[in-house]
Amino acid sequence: MKHTLSPQRYLILLAVMLTASVGDTLLSHGMTQVGPVTLARMGMLLAALRNPWVITGILCLLGFFASYLTALSWADLTFVLPSTAFGYVVVALLSKFWLHETISPYRWAGILLIVCGVGFVANGPSLTTHEPQHAVQEPAPEGEGAVTGGTR
Amino acid sequence: MIYAGHIHAGPVETWATILTVAATAVAGDVLTAGAMRRIGDLDLIRAKAGLTGAIRAVTSSPMFLLGVLSMAASFFSLLFTLSNVEVSLAAPASASLTFLGNAFAAKIFLKENVDRRRWLAALFVCAGVFLLAK
Repeated sequence: MKHTLSPQRYLILLAVMLTASVGDTLLSHGMTQVGPVTLARMGMLLAALRNPWVITGILCLLGFFASYLTALSWADLTFVLPSTAFGYVVVALLSKFWLHETISPYRWAGILLIVCGVGFVANGPSLTTHEPQHAVQEPAPEGEGAVTGGTR
Repeated sequence: MIYAGHIHAGPVETWATILTVAATAVAGDVLTAGAMRRIGDLDLIRAKAGLTGAIRAVTSSPMFLLGVLSMAASFFSLLFTLSNVEVSLAAPASASLTFLGNAFAAKIFLKENVDRRRWLAALFVCAGVFLLAK
């Protein structure tokens, strides 16, 4: 049995990628405003919870966990994880265009490798079935690849 | 045993803490994924029992709770590692090892069909994450 994903499910995977990376970036931005937290000054963590960037970051990460669990309920772990890795690429691009950090050639190479890795699994079946009569390693139909390209 | 304050841990301690972070992260991912597979399609559950029904189904699974505990353990061991090992090694190394470990664990414990395409994806992502942190 082939498992292709509906457009709605690709949207959930997109949410997994975006909420994790945007959430991390918001938290990072908020925590630089709050300042360093040490064991001696744990009260700073409570102060951090009043920072709007930190609050939005936490909300994004809650959204990430919800969409990640939803994705795991209908797709394999080895299918969902590379999608979450795509979030690293989003963080790198966000840090370049929003925080104006420079991206070294190593990082560009890393981005390229992750994009290729995500491309490999995105073209394949999303869920393993354990019916002995069925082969799961069929080549992906053309339509599926087209949908995948659209989600990137 | 490593104590906070030792900024430069030896190679054995360094890799032991990094491996601990990766192993607990893999346990967390595999346990939550296994729990979600047992619970079934959340979209269907939400359609039948609403959002609260879906949340109850997830949070009442012992396997899921064990997975979250492992994720928490991984988070705290990462914090511990970061106080002993340089972040430029600890973060990418643990993330890369987690990706590879997950591919093995998903094949062994979740019986996922990790075909050549997925192995390649795990290797590419593993190398990519490492390079990204350079």
